[in-house]
Amino acid sequence: MFAFNVTKRIFINLFTRPATLMYPVVKREFTRNTRGKIEMNIEGCVFCGICQKKCPTKAISVNRADQKWEIERLKCVTCGYCVEACPKKCLSMSNEYCEPAVSKDKEVFANARVLDNATNS
Amino acid sequence: MSRRTIIPFGPQHPVLPEPIHLDLVMEDEKVVEAIPSIGFVHRGLEKLVEKKDFIEYIYVAERICGICSFMHGMGYSQAIEQIMNIEVPERAVFLRTIWAEFSRLHSHLLWLGLLADAFGFENLFMNCWRVREKILDIIEETTGGRVIFGSCKVGGVRKDIDPVTLKRIDKLLAELEKEIKDISNVFMNEYTVKRRLVGVGVLSKEDAHVLGAVGPMMRASGIAQDMRNLGYGAYSKLEFEPITRTNGDSYDRCAVRIDELFQSISLIRQAVDKIPEGPVDVKVTGNPDGEYFARLEQPRGEVVYYIKGNGTKFLDRVRVRTPTFANVPALLKLLQGCDFADVPILILTIDPCISCTER
Ligand code: SF4
Ligand code: SF4
Repeated sequence: MFAFNVTKRIFINLFTRPATLMYPVVKREFTRNTRGKIEMNIEGCVFCGICQKKCPTKAISVNRADQKWEIERLKCVTCGYCVEACPKKCLSMSNEYCEPAVSKDKEVFANARVLDNATNS
Repeated sequence: MSRRTIIPFGPQHPVLPEPIHLDLVMEDEKVVEAIPSIGFVHRGLEKLVEKKDFIEYIYVAERICGICSFMHGMGYSQAIEQIMNIEVPERAVFLRTIWAEFSRLHSHLLWLGLLADAFGFENLFMNCWRVREKILDIIEETTGGRVIFGSCKVGGVRKDIDPVTLKRIDKLLAELEKEIKDISNVFMNEYTVKRRLVGVGVLSKEDAHVLGAVGPMMRASGIAQDMRNLGYGAYSKLEFEPITRTNGDSYDRCAVRIDELFQSISLIRQAVDKIPEGPVDVKVTGNPDGEYFARLEQPRGEVVYYIKGNGTKFLDRVRVRTPTFANVPALLKLLQGCDFADVPILILTIDPCISCTER
């Protein structure tokens, strides 16, 4: 019985494709719904600060005076609450994960209409 | 009388996914007593309720545990909805039930894999996790997250499942059923597995009752108690019987969980068949004022959510009694008189989730 099961498993494993992806060659495809990186369309933002208030991890900070919107990617838990809360619908969630980071930087988005384009990141 | 020695077990140990420490008082090869100490991963999540408003706290509640994350969110929302008299749409209730059963499936498969790993059957471990991967994929596709679903919210759910995906789920279930049958065959009939499980760590029916064991632990000892019978969620409209066994040993605990896999598959099937059309959430206005106990059946057993609101958007108190916490006294009972080599298996058969326990 045992020998039979083992042999069967060996044959199945020999003749089926591996269950894991051969990573660098085959990239993982994210599903349509996967919660990933927060994308910002700074053109639409009115700096109301609602997203900052709603974010459970305080990853977002909004500076109305300087027209700056900052996000600390490592703090974000991709819950999507800010996207739901934004009245201007300028936030969105892409279905790809954020790139790995090596330092706790804030990603700054500044409004191009007010500031120089060069400060946009 | 032989000399007694104390062997420390944990907080880091290959079988332990999470830290718990046990001082094992040994007499030769036998364990006489086990003294637990917990508190290595205490995060103060219950206290955090004073800082987050009740809508936001659902994100915290979901992160109490990495395995039954969805059911924590569900328990929390149910309690709040009861306090605020929110009528959750039927479709949302069914979707919650579907996701809850998917999390039971993936939790039990994870546990089976860990068990196989604990008695050194690596191949079986990987086969279990290979099947589990398919469930995680469908969870990701429907909710957006693989571990933290994030799809439950106060007043309903965030995501809907479209009819095409529901059909696919039905097909996937048939596939899963076949693969799980293969795996369960090995667990239930293989000589090597039986040698490690049969008769090891017997918990009698009386002990299970007195020590307040919950979940599969209790059902393996012959007590037919399943919180899903309370009819929360869509369970009142689905047909199922609590699964019980009578011997209360490790083998039976394994058998109960395997049978629950098939039960979950049948529950999801029924839910997919009966799911009504309609909206998936309602608007929540006002603040919770009052208190409520919500009781749910998690993969590991009964979880109790106690919530007290005071009419503002910050709650007074959230208390979570998690299943592993209730199962620890039973574990200590099991450990008395067992062989040292069986300790890892016994700890695993309660399906410990230490992060839940310490919150
Ligand atoms: S909620 Fe939207 S509009 Fe308001 S600050 Fe945030 S991103 Fe800008
Ligand atoms: S996704 Fe959640 S954690 Fe991330 S920035 Fe938005 S609200 Fe904050």
